[in-house]
Amino acid sequence: MSALTGGFTSPAPQAARAFRLALMALSRPGRIETVSGATGPAPLSAAAATLLLVLADRDTPIFLGAGHDGTDVREWIAFHIGAPLVPPEAAMLAVGTWPDLPLSRFPIGLPDYPDRSATLIVESPAISAEGPRLTGPGIAGEARLSLPEVNAFRANRMLYPQGLDFFFTAGDRLAALPRSTQVESA
Amino acid sequence: MSLLTDRRALMGLLARAAPDRLAALAGPLPEAIELRPAQTGTVMVQGRIGGTGAAFKMGEMVVTRCSVQVAGIAGHAHVQGRDKAHARTAAVLDAMWQADPARIAALLAPLAAEETARRQTRAAKAAATRVEFFTLVRGEDQ
Repeated sequence: MSALTGGFTSPAPQAARAFRLALMALSRPGRIETVSGATGPAPLSAAAATLLLVLADRDTPIFLGAGHDGTDVREWIAFHIGAPLVPPEAAMLAVGTWPDLPLSRFPIGLPDYPDRSATLIVESPAISAEGPRLTGPGIAGEARLSLPEVNAFRANRMLYPQGLDFFFTAGDRLAALPRSTQVESA
Repeated sequence: MSLLTDRRALMGLLARAAPDRLAALAGPLPEAIELRPAQTGTVMVQGRIGGTGAAFKMGEMVVTRCSVQVAGIAGHAHVQGRDKAHARTAAVLDAMWQADPARIAALLAPLAAEETARRQTRAAKAAATRVEFFTLVRGEDQ
């Protein structure tokens, strides 16, 4: 494993497939998808590395949480993506564990342009379909997802249409929580 | 500019070479891992007129880039045009050059000689059409 290995071997089909799965996860909150294709240097998970390759390019400023901000990850991003690494206030995409991401510092968009907000890739120890209850657009009845906490996501929902969107990654599995979803403790 | 010491000169030579001629000179290549498979895109070419002129955008050109790893050494190439095999060959040769510059420099010496000859022929043809202007002395100045 080095800074230069671990990219897509067949970029167009692999990126399209992974992008489709990321969209499925985001439009069906709580649904867990399995993605593959990229492997990044530790501690980057395969799912987070694949998401980065799919979502980021040289025009996508990325914030790395303290645990992920190392030479290996920086060089990997420089070779495979070329994205600038920035502080949270300027980030469009962020990668890190839940404690490493300073939620209050990310852009949540403007009332006129709610899309100018950050998407957070939260590296988790594990993802499972149990825990806090999710309801809202894209969910038939209710769904459950192992979230690190509840209050932060309730506060994020209150900002709607502004707010942050979340991907949760563990190994090669990913789930997502858009700003439109209502979260209640189980 | 020496192929033995200057990696930039080597990469430039590989990028400008005719794909068929390069493949014939290189012969069979060793096994290589593709770090970034060959992909085609465009780059903006910048130009500058005079030493103090600001850079201007001259236009876009098609390039193909490729990165490979040969025996643990990474080789990179950006070549003109959309020939993916050319980009891959150039990247492999770049990696082999880093391991053994003398061998690859010797291998590519004919390519460098041909390029120099081509440039000289072109320059000679252009020189033959050169027109010298000179001012005639006019009577009223005296």
